[in-house]
Amino acid sequence: MSEKHHIIQVWFFVGVLLLVYGFLILASGLAEWSHPPNIVLAELHAPVWWGALMLVLGLIYCIKFSPNRKP
Amino acid sequence: MIAMMASTAPTTLVHLSAVDLGIIAFYFALVLGIGFYLKRFANTGEDFFLAGREMTAWVAGLAFVSANLGSLELLGWAGSAYQYGILAAHWYWIGAIPAMVFLGIVMMPFYYISKTHSVPGYLQLRYGSATSALSAVTFAIMTILMSGVNMYAMAVVMKVVLGWNINFSIWVSSLTVGIYVASGGLFSAIFNEVLQFFLIWFGALLIPILGLIETGGWKGMVARIQQNFPGQDYTHAWSTLGRFQDNPMGMHWTGIVFGLGAVQAMGYWTTDFLVVQRVLSAKDIRSAKMAPIIGSYFKMAVPLIVILPGLLGLAVLPMHLVPASSLQPGQYSYNEVLPLMLARYCGPGLLGLGITALVAGFMAGMAGNVSAFATVWTYDIYRPFLRKTAPDQHYVSMGRWCTLIGLVVSIGTAYLAMGFASIMDYVQALFGFFIAPLFGTVLLGMLWKRVSRAAGFCGLLAGTLSSVTMFTLMKLDHRWVGIFALSPKAQGLAQDMYQALWACVTCVVVTVLVTLVTKPRPDEELKGLVYALTEVAQEEHTSFLHRPLFWGITALAALLVLQIIFW
Repeated sequence: MSEKHHIIQVWFFVGVLLLVYGFLILASGLAEWSHPPNIVLAELHAPVWWGALMLVLGLIYCIKFSPNRKP
Repeated sequence: MIAMMASTAPTTLVHLSAVDLGIIAFYFALVLGIGFYLKRFANTGEDFFLAGREMTAWVAGLAFVSANLGSLELLGWAGSAYQYGILAAHWYWIGAIPAMVFLGIVMMPFYYISKTHSVPGYLQLRYGSATSALSAVTFAIMTILMSGVNMYAMAVVMKVVLGWNINFSIWVSSLTVGIYVASGGLFSAIFNEVLQFFLIWFGALLIPILGLIETGGWKGMVARIQQNFPGQDYTHAWSTLGRFQDNPMGMHWTGIVFGLGAVQAMGYWTTDFLVVQRVLSAKDIRSAKMAPIIGSYFKMAVPLIVILPGLLGLAVLPMHLVPASSLQPGQYSYNEVLPLMLARYCGPGLLGLGITALVAGFMAGMAGNVSAFATVWTYDIYRPFLRKTAPDQHYVSMGRWCTLIGLVVSIGTAYLAMGFASIMDYVQALFGFFIAPLFGTVLLGMLWKRVSRAAGFCGLLAGTLSSVTMFTLMKLDHRWVGIFALSPKAQGLAQDMYQALWACVTCVVVTVLVTLVTKPRPDEELKGLVYALTEVAQEEHTSFLHRPLFWGITALAALLVLQIIFW
């Protein structure tokens, strides 16, 4: 994206955001597994699979767009 | 509307856990960190105001669509979907896609080749100072007002949803936006918009997924809506538009096609500098053409996270929401449907993500407005009228100070907004005053070389004045609604569409008439500004998969399919 300035690509920051949020949400989902919150469809454990999805996507973005990776 | 929401909200909708607060805090830390990191790259005017003109088509395209995906829009349109049903999706489909494709294919080459910094900048080149100044001043006022309204709306939502103090929300959000935009300029604003895009999708997409699981799919949702609201059709986009009285919006298909699709949307997406500035940051003309077309595909999908939650609210919420104007203690307004759905399905963690998405949307809305304000003030008001010759560094400093001053003024307008229950309605009407006629002026200027300077100015002024006059008359005496909006049953949004249509027609007619009696500018002065005198690079030797035209036509075809599915 930034040939002139050599700026870290925005996709890397997106990856960091997804990675951190995915971890927090997955951990929170696992922690409440045995006593889910009082919400509709709590039995589906949405935070677990949604957090896992974000974590994996974040990891892919962080690796693919890492500032240390050579083009 | 917003003040009403704040004053009568029953209790806070949700309570945040430690993990939710951690998610919100991390977002603030990340955007501030990115702002400080980008400061070193925003040294020249082109860096600060146009992000160095080095964004790829994807980044510019996502920023382009995100600039219009603020939380005000999310909450408002989800509420409109609850109120009007799937008719609200027209603002994302026919009210956006054709205009985005038109911007990419037809108009972008002129903006890009003329190397202008802004839309008023193009008007300066095409029509001269008077037209440019009229457009720049009105736009600067609009952006500051919108930034303040965003700020206030965020503070109110945080108070209603979380019980946060209004002053705390206003000052924390504006300080954060001020720091990162004054540091990195448009670089920061665009980076934040891309982050916001991902946040909004990940924060809101679970609502329709879980909602459809709960209702047993689309058919189950429709059946529940019919059970909850018998005799009303909320799930057909076109079949109820044959007569004004057949749909809750009081809308006719001519208002949607001509008022919204042909004028309002074209005006907003092709001449509102807030969105066009994102595309101007593209690294080359092909990226500039592709950016709005890429954005159009995402825009087409936004009803999934905005309109569908509103419809699901009709199906699953145990209470009936009411208009903000008739809100009683213990009731919820249409605008609260998205937070209510969020609280219904999301526990700790996911709730923090959803709230962060809303906060990010509000802050991106503020950032977009102040960065556009700084550019238009510096390049279209300060430089041509106050200080014509100064080093580039001086204008960059002016841009940084403008960002901060703009935010301080926005804080003032945010507090001002507290005093007006329906200020959003008036702000939207103000946009309607200037955007619809501006589209006529810019389009005629690009496509017809005969249009003179005087014609451009007179057309824009006449269109704006006619729009203000129509708005005032309809507010003063309801009989005028039947004349301008073609039916006394036309509601607010329908009135806006016809007002925009007639304002644009007035602008075009006056421009053509004045053109015929005034002297045109010489051809040499119009090279790169007008269709007949501009050489746009052709793409005969490019694979069709790399041609903007191919993807533009595909977007229009996909739009057509969606209309047939939801007819």
